[in-house]
Amino acid sequence: MRLTKDLAEWFDHRLQLGQPIKEAMQHPVPRRTASWAYVFGSASLTVMILQFVTGICLAFVYVPSAGQAWTSLQVLNHQQAFGWFIRALHGWGSNFMVALVLIHMVQVFLFGAYKYPRELTWIVGVFLLLMTLGMAFTGQVLRFDQDAYWGLGIGASVMGRVPLIGTPLVHAMLGGPIIAGETLSRFFAIHVFIVPGMLIAFVGVHVLMVLKLGVNEWPMPGRIVKRSTYLKEYHDLTHKDGVPFVPDAFRKDFVFSGIIILVLVFCAAFFGPFGPTGQPDPTIVQTVPRPDYFFLWGFAGLALLPPNLETILLLVGPVIGIGFLIALPLISGTGEKSWRRRPLAVLTALVIIISLAALTQLGTYAPWSPVMDAWSSAPVPPKLLAGRSALERQGAVVFQAKQCRNCHALGGEGGQRGPALDTVATRLTGDQLIRQVLQGRGNMPAYGKNLSPAETTALVAFLKSLHPPNQAPAQDASLVSVASPQTSAGAGKP
Amino acid sequence: MPELNQEPETPMSSATAPRKMSRRNMLMIFGIALNAVAGVLFAVPVVGYIFGPARRKEMKKELAWITLGPLTQFPEGQTRLATYRNPFVRPWDGDTGNIPCWVRRISADKLQVFAINCAHLGCPVRWYPQSGLFMCPCHGGAYYADGSRASGPPPRGLFEYDYKLEAGQLWIKAGQVPTLASPPSQACADQPKRCACA
Repeated sequence: MRLTKDLAEWFDHRLQLGQPIKEAMQHPVPRRTASWAYVFGSASLTVMILQFVTGICLAFVYVPSAGQAWTSLQVLNHQQAFGWFIRALHGWGSNFMVALVLIHMVQVFLFGAYKYPRELTWIVGVFLLLMTLGMAFTGQVLRFDQDAYWGLGIGASVMGRVPLIGTPLVHAMLGGPIIAGETLSRFFAIHVFIVPGMLIAFVGVHVLMVLKLGVNEWPMPGRIVKRSTYLKEYHDLTHKDGVPFVPDAFRKDFVFSGIIILVLVFCAAFFGPFGPTGQPDPTIVQTVPRPDYFFLWGFAGLALLPPNLETILLLVGPVIGIGFLIALPLISGTGEKSWRRRPLAVLTALVIIISLAALTQLGTYAPWSPVMDAWSSAPVPPKLLAGRSALERQGAVVFQAKQCRNCHALGGEGGQRGPALDTVATRLTGDQLIRQVLQGRGNMPAYGKNLSPAETTALVAFLKSLHPPNQAPAQDASLVSVASPQTSAGAGKP
Repeated sequence: MPELNQEPETPMSSATAPRKMSRRNMLMIFGIALNAVAGVLFAVPVVGYIFGPARRKEMKKELAWITLGPLTQFPEGQTRLATYRNPFVRPWDGDTGNIPCWVRRISADKLQVFAINCAHLGCPVRWYPQSGLFMCPCHGGAYYADGSRASGPPPRGLFEYDYKLEAGQLWIKAGQVPTLASPPSQACADQPKRCACA
């Protein structure tokens, strides 16, 4: 025991780190900040460290070469001892980290912690968020599969929309004229060296500022932040009613980080690694590329933006969004911290969260995309064929063969790009159906050139039969206006 | 704890101080200039290296004529998938150097060669001969058989490659990923009739 103490003293006499570490650990924090609401920042740091460990492990085996990356992932998944588990930990860790950083950010925003004197801590945090998302995106590229390949294609297409310097930007991003070997090498360097290096530096500054400026006190309605008095008020709060960071506040951080690691290990072991999907061979066009979960909102946004505003929103939107996040503490650096007195802030946070959640939810089933194989994989429901004439059944064959099903659902199966057609006859008359099929309208292409008159006749006959037995089909009001209501109702199929 | 990191105070006579300082200042200014020159000499090649692929000289090289094989592979009235090895590849590119495209043979010597990439955001469009449409799996873009936009978010028709027929072979001018900034064919400008995007 004495030997350990002597050894420790020998080192400390030379390193002189003992005192600053002790001071940092025992610095007083406001009593109420020893709270479960304050654990997300430290948990993000914990997961980041795990990501470094698992990332370095993956680099032992992974080959950052366009020709062999995918094969090396297969080796990791199936041959290397625990390779699948390290990949799973890294993939799930990425999801956890994005989630924790976002929760941390929302908490800091709602608690007004970005206000004086912690403006710079917030701004550094905004960059940390961008780096985290950057890591998630570049990591998805390193999982070099079909999703990665076409995700890069989307990135290149976005760059290609930048005016004047579009082409040089595309080439700089891809490291050449096409998505190929140098593209992967570039993203490998960014993911493994550049962004992690920046992350270490920025996290260091971020944590240093938390230590220097103190943990944000629990916001109380009516306790206004003023530049002239805040520092003294905070000093009084921490020194008269404060607790040492270790162990009082640290306990909850410590327990929460442990829980997060356990859940992470569980997810990795139970759900396994992500992909890779098919090999990154662009000549395999039978593919439906999708981004990872945390970019589904962007995927949805890109499909739903009005086309004529798309380029502007795509290029200017992020600049405005990030600019606003950076400017936030400079615009509202003082005043009320409590969310109870900041209705606009709460509303803004809610609107953003709900929008992102709704877009993400839409992104999971992408109703704007045709279901590429519905025409050959989803049969017409038998009840829509029962009792139909030969012509109508032939129409159902045309309906499938011409890929109508890729965009229009029947019986809940098929694309959602266009409306479901189970009851289309109650909405459109025969003439309207013919016009719509031949000429198209709205988002529907015109099929005039690809349907023979006989096919059109059969198809429309089938569509005219699509109405519930107890509901009459739509009729041209100008033709039936003279008939009595009973007659017109009786004109439909029973 | 003893303060070990403090320099011992150097006694300095007040008479010699100003002269010494100015010599030190000179050295400092020299040091700044020296390091600035060294920094520029170091940084210019680094930046040039990183952004090398975007240099104009590099980008001009990146379109070349390449064959898609004998014309007999492409029957009249049909649209077929063709693949070519990109004219500019590295040995380690693997499958990524194989690029697909859609070849539509209208008549004996009249063709259209479409890029695989949707004009919206570059996803691979798929040809459906039955309905005569190209459909994109990502954001719902659709194109007619002649490559013109049918529906969805694409801002223009499919990108087309310039082509030529030589000794029974179909050649296209290709080599870089088509984007709105650099469509593979500039034919729209001078030959609007042949081009779907006009």
